[in-house]
Amino acid sequence: MKTTLLTIAITAMALPQMTSAQSTITASTNPASLAKDAPLQGEEIAVLTDAPNVPPPITRRHPTNVKVEIEVTEVVKRMADGVDYTFWTFGGSVPGKFIRVRQNDVVDFTLKNHPSSKMPHNIDLHAVTGPGGGAKATFTAPGHQTNFTFKALNPGLFIYHCATAPVGMHIANGMYGLILVEPKEGMAPVDKEFYVVQGDFYTTGDYGEPGLQGFNMEKAIEEDADYVVFNGSVGSMTGEKALKATKGDTVRLFVGNGGPNLVSSFHVIGEIFDRVYQEAGSRYQENVQTTLVPAGGSTICEFKLDTNGDFILVDHSIFRAFNKGALGILHADGEGDLMVFSGQKKDEVYLPEGGAIQTIPSETTAAPVAKNKEERIAAGQLVYGQNCAACHMPTGTGVPAAFPPLAKSDYLNADVDRAISTVLHGLQGEVVVNGAKFNSIMPLLGLNDENVANVLTYVYSQWDNSGAEVTPEQVAKVRAKK
Amino acid sequence: MKLPILFLLTFAAIAAATEQAIPADMAWVEGGEYVPMFGERSKPRKVAPFLLDRRPVTNAEFLEFVREHPEWRRSNSKRLFSDIGYLSHWAGDLELGENAPPNAAVVRVSWFAARAYLKNIKKRLPREDEWEFAARADPTQANASKDPVFLARILKWYGQPSPARLPDLITLPPDIRGVVGLHGNVWEWVVDFNNQMVTGAARDDTSLDRALFCAGGAVNATDAANYAAFMRYAFRSSLEGNYTTTNLGFRGARDAETTPPTP
Repeated sequence: MKTTLLTIAITAMALPQMTSAQSTITASTNPASLAKDAPLQGEEIAVLTDAPNVPPPITRRHPTNVKVEIEVTEVVKRMADGVDYTFWTFGGSVPGKFIRVRQNDVVDFTLKNHPSSKMPHNIDLHAVTGPGGGAKATFTAPGHQTNFTFKALNPGLFIYHCATAPVGMHIANGMYGLILVEPKEGMAPVDKEFYVVQGDFYTTGDYGEPGLQGFNMEKAIEEDADYVVFNGSVGSMTGEKALKATKGDTVRLFVGNGGPNLVSSFHVIGEIFDRVYQEAGSRYQENVQTTLVPAGGSTICEFKLDTNGDFILVDHSIFRAFNKGALGILHADGEGDLMVFSGQKKDEVYLPEGGAIQTIPSETTAAPVAKNKEERIAAGQLVYGQNCAACHMPTGTGVPAAFPPLAKSDYLNADVDRAISTVLHGLQGEVVVNGAKFNSIMPLLGLNDENVANVLTYVYSQWDNSGAEVTPEQVAKVRAKK
Repeated sequence: MKLPILFLLTFAAIAAATEQAIPADMAWVEGGEYVPMFGERSKPRKVAPFLLDRRPVTNAEFLEFVREHPEWRRSNSKRLFSDIGYLSHWAGDLELGENAPPNAAVVRVSWFAARAYLKNIKKRLPREDEWEFAARADPTQANASKDPVFLARILKWYGQPSPARLPDLITLPPDIRGVVGLHGNVWEWVVDFNNQMVTGAARDDTSLDRALFCAGGAVNATDAANYAAFMRYAFRSSLEGNYTTTNLGFRGARDAETTPPTP
C-alpha cells in the first residue's frame, strides 16, 4: 500500500499537466534541484555591465568564490535633453552595475565610496540572507571601502539599493540595480538578454525644465514624480540607443523597479510575454500582456519576436510613458512575417469618406465662427487643449524622442500648407524638427476647416512662432488637393 | 606719583576686558533648549552658552601647526590616528599646493588631528548638540530650522559632489552671529561624532541608538522631513576617529560664561 502511494506521488510530479508551470529557475520544488550541489571550488571576478547590457550566462556547474567590486560615485548626468541631474550611482550610471552569480556562490563584495562623494553610502542586496542585506556591513564613508561576503542561497533576480539615511533620497537619486542569482541548474539559453530598470525622479523644476535640477524632497514625499524613466534618463532606449534584436530571436528582459515610490505596470506594446516570472520568483505565468513590477522588486519577461518592427517598452500607467519619460524601444530587424502581422493595408479602409473619425464638442454644439484673428486664437486655444496638448504639451514643448515640439518649430514655420495638411490628414514616418528626428504617428483628428484654422492660428501665435493667421478658406484649399 | 597709578588702573581695565571679551575669531552662542533630530519632543536638550569659531580652521593655520608639531606632519602621522588620506591633497609635508588654498578650510584631517590642533590653542571641538544648535542659524534668524527655504538650500548642497578645490572662506556668507561655513562648505567634526549610533550602520529597530537606517530612522526622528539633519547624522555615524575625507574639516569651540560678555 505504501509503495503504491509513493508511485502515484511520483507519477503526479512527473506529469506536466498536474504541476503548475515549471520553470528553469525553480529550485526547491524541482526534484533535480534537491540533489546536492557540487562543492565550492575556484575563484573568479564577476563581469559587471551597465544597462541595457547583461553579463554572459554562467556555464559553471559548480559554485565558486566570486569577487564583486562596485564604486559609488556622485555624478552629474543627462536626465533628458537639456536637463541634468546629480545622480548617486553604483558604478557611474543609473541603474547600477548588473551582477550575475550562481546559486551557492560565495560572493566577496567590496563597496568603494569615491573620495569626492559628499555622502556615506552602503548597499542592501535583496539577494543576501542576513541582517540589513549587507547594508550594515558596507556602510562606507567617502574615500573609504568596505568588504563582506555572503552566500547566494536563493536563486532569482533581486534589486539592490543604498540604505543610508535618508534612504528615500539615496534611492531617489538613482542608487539601485539588479543582481541575478542563476539557479544551479542554469537558465534556458535565449538569443538576447537586456537589463531594464524603472525609476521615478523628483526635481526642483517641472518635467523638461532645462538646466541642472536638484532633488525635491516635498514632491518625493508626496510621490508626485516629475520623471518616470527606464535606465536613468528620458530616451535611454530610443533612437540609436534602442534595444536591438532580430525577428525570430527569443528575448529575455531582466526588469527591475528601483522606485523609490511608484509601482510599474510593465508592458511592451505589440508583444505578448510568453513567460513572465512574476516578481522574479521561481515560477512563471504564460501569455501575459502587462505585469506589475513592485518598487524594490523585479520580474523576468521572455518572449519570441515573431515578426519585425519596433516594440515599445512602457509603464502602462500611460501618462508616465508619454509625459514623464517611461518609454523605450526594442527594434527587431529582419523580414516581417505577414501572416503574423500585415502592417497597414489600404488607408481608404481606415478613412471612411466625408467625415471625422473623432468628433469634438465644438462641432456638435455649433461653435460660433471666428470673426477676427483674436477670436480665432481664443477658439484655437480650446481646440489645442482638447486635441494637441496631450502629446505636444500645453506649452508646445513636445516630448523628446516621442512628439515634436511646436514651440519655435522650424518645421511648422517653414510651410503653412504642410502644417494644414498635417492637421487634416495626420502624419506618419520620420520628420526632423529643430534638428531632432522623430519617427512616430500623429493620428487624423477629424477637425473641421474652422477648427483647423483656429488651432493653427493659435499655435502660430504662441511660443515664438511666426504669427501667421490661417483661414478656413486656406484649409479648404488644402483639403481639396487630396 | 600720578603716573604709576594711572598705569596700574589702565592695566587692570585691560585685564578685566580680556577676561570678559570674546576673542575676535569666535562668536558667542547663547545656548538654550533644543530638540535634536532623534530626541524626544517632550525632553528638549539644554545647550550651555559657548564660544564657536567664526570659521573653520584653514589650510594655512593647519600648516603652521604641523610646522611646530612634526609628529602631525603627513609623513609622520600614525595610521592609528589618521588614515592614509591624511592631508593627501597637500603638495607636501610643509607645502600646500594648488588643491589646498591657504584660506580654504583644511580637510582630510582626522578627529585625532583636529583635537590635537585645538588643544594646542586651548580650544576644543564643539559637541554635536552645540554644533547642531549653532547650525540652525541663517543670516537673519538664530533658529531657521523650520524655514523650508533654509532647509532646501542646505539639502541642495548635500546633494552635490564636493568640488576638487574648496572656496576661500571669505566668499562665504555669514549667519546672524557672523559665523560662516556651517552649511554649504564642508562637513565638520564634532567631539562626539559617533554618539548617536555607536555601531554605525544598523537598521535594527531594537534600539533607539541604532535606528537611523531605513524604516527605523523615520519612526524615531522628530522631524522625518528634515532630510538635511538625517544626512548629517548619517554622515557622522559613518566615521571612525582616524578617518579623513575630502570634505570633512573642523572648527574650535570653548566653554563660555553663562551671561553674555560685555563687548
